[in-house]
Amino acid sequence: MDEQNTPAVFVKDLWFAYNGYPALENVNLSIPQGDFVSVVGPNGGGKTTLLKVILGLLRPTRGEVRVMGTTPEQARPRIGYMPQHTQLDPLFPATLMDVALMGRLGRRGLFGGYSREDKNVVSEALKQVGLYELRKKSFSALSGGQRQRLLIARALACEPELLLLDEPAANLDAVMETDLYELLRRLNERLTIMMVSHDLGFVSRIIKSVICVKRKVLMHPTTEITGEIINDIYGTPMRMIRHNGEGDFSCSNL
Amino acid sequence: MQQFITDVQIYPFLQHALLTGILASVACGIIGTYVVVRRISYIADGIAHAVLGGMGAALYIQKVHQMPGVLPIHGAIVTAIFAAIIIGLVSLWAKQREDNVISAIWAVGMAAGIIFISRTPGYSEDLMSYLFGNILLVSSTDLWTLAGLDFVILVIGVLFYNQFLAVCFDDEFARLRGLNVEFFYLLLLCLTALTVVVLSTVVGIVMVIALLTLPIGIAALYSATLWRMMILSAILCAAFTTSGLALSYGPDYPAGAATIIIAGAAYLATTTLKWVSTRGRS
Repeated sequence: MDEQNTPAVFVKDLWFAYNGYPALENVNLSIPQGDFVSVVGPNGGGKTTLLKVILGLLRPTRGEVRVMGTTPEQARPRIGYMPQHTQLDPLFPATLMDVALMGRLGRRGLFGGYSREDKNVVSEALKQVGLYELRKKSFSALSGGQRQRLLIARALACEPELLLLDEPAANLDAVMETDLYELLRRLNERLTIMMVSHDLGFVSRIIKSVICVKRKVLMHPTTEITGEIINDIYGTPMRMIRHNGEGDFSCSNL
Repeated sequence: MQQFITDVQIYPFLQHALLTGILASVACGIIGTYVVVRRISYIADGIAHAVLGGMGAALYIQKVHQMPGVLPIHGAIVTAIFAAIIIGLVSLWAKQREDNVISAIWAVGMAAGIIFISRTPGYSEDLMSYLFGNILLVSSTDLWTLAGLDFVILVIGVLFYNQFLAVCFDDEFARLRGLNVEFFYLLLLCLTALTVVVLSTVVGIVMVIALLTLPIGIAALYSATLWRMMILSAILCAAFTTSGLALSYGPDYPAGAATIIIAGAAYLATTTLKWVSTRGRS
């Protein structure tokens, strides 16, 4: 397989269990390079688990994971990851610049500091998420939405080919959300994006495929999404509202 | 106070005490900051108390088996590094039982120390000095040991500043960037253990805990970055040990306990002030 056709993420017959409780069952996925995938499903359905398996942070009980044609561990330098900010200490004494610079770790030897180039890349990443003016502010002074954008900037500072985002839209207001999706749309022109979101409707204008995770995993191109599929994912009756424009829809509880 | 200022110019023991406080501040400012932001001050407490077991054992061997080369600090180093590695491994690979293991090491270490001390002829009254220490009895060898500790901590702390920062802030992300998270975490715990050992033989276990948490707790309220927090903590720490010494000298109070009371009062005052001022705004 040549470099161009290697899938960004390839998962075959994967099972994962936490202490014997199955979280993911028989997952098969192939995400081509340049795709923009939204991972949806109910809380506790295994969305974050799937991301962590792809990152190699969790080892599958069985099955195979290939990221850009190699193992997750070897692919890590080429992956940018944005975790949910709630797992971080909000009082931690660090500036935005300090946090975003962590995306440049591991590029040099064991010791030391960051180069001028590192700082330029990080400044650029902060500008892209609109936080450059705040770069000397303290992490603890940020709002939830700003923290999320900062963690996206940190992921971008890795100069990744594959971007994995865990709920980037949580806590954002409507305007910031629109800005975020415009940013992601532009980034998708040059890199593959896989994004966990708890709501799938509002992003369908830019996403190309949807992965539904509820222990089992199904992948659909966005044009195929129907009411039955949504009911299938969430397990409760959902209503789909079709707006103007192809594949543009949102869903809500009946 | 007046008497302290005239006496400090004459008596070497007072100069030693003053210098001890200042040297201890460097170690406490840097290590204490890492301990507080990584939220492992409970680990430092556990190691500090477990060290008593090692000190007691060393003292017992020295007296009963007539081996004058074995000093309490040797026992303390062995115990502290051992405790740090056990706690580190447990917290890395079995997170849910961490606090239980720390408590076990804490209690068993102290109990062992007390048993050894009770079996050691003529030394039972010294237990107090290991708990609270006596900053007025510091030798010049102790001062050199302290200076050596500061040197090691400064070199490692500066060399690996970015790595420690990343591991303390978000170890999962640090791991994804190719950092050996286990190595840096264990290195941090071993440096903490070393700090605890050196300081507890000089100023006592309770003083170590106070200096590793109280100045840092105050500095945390006013610091936006890790290195500023370290510098501010070290300055506060030096201010507390110096004022503790100066204020306790005239009325002949125990210097260590006076330092802790001053630091504790300052901590209470600043956190209350901060709490009131932020409540007033919102």
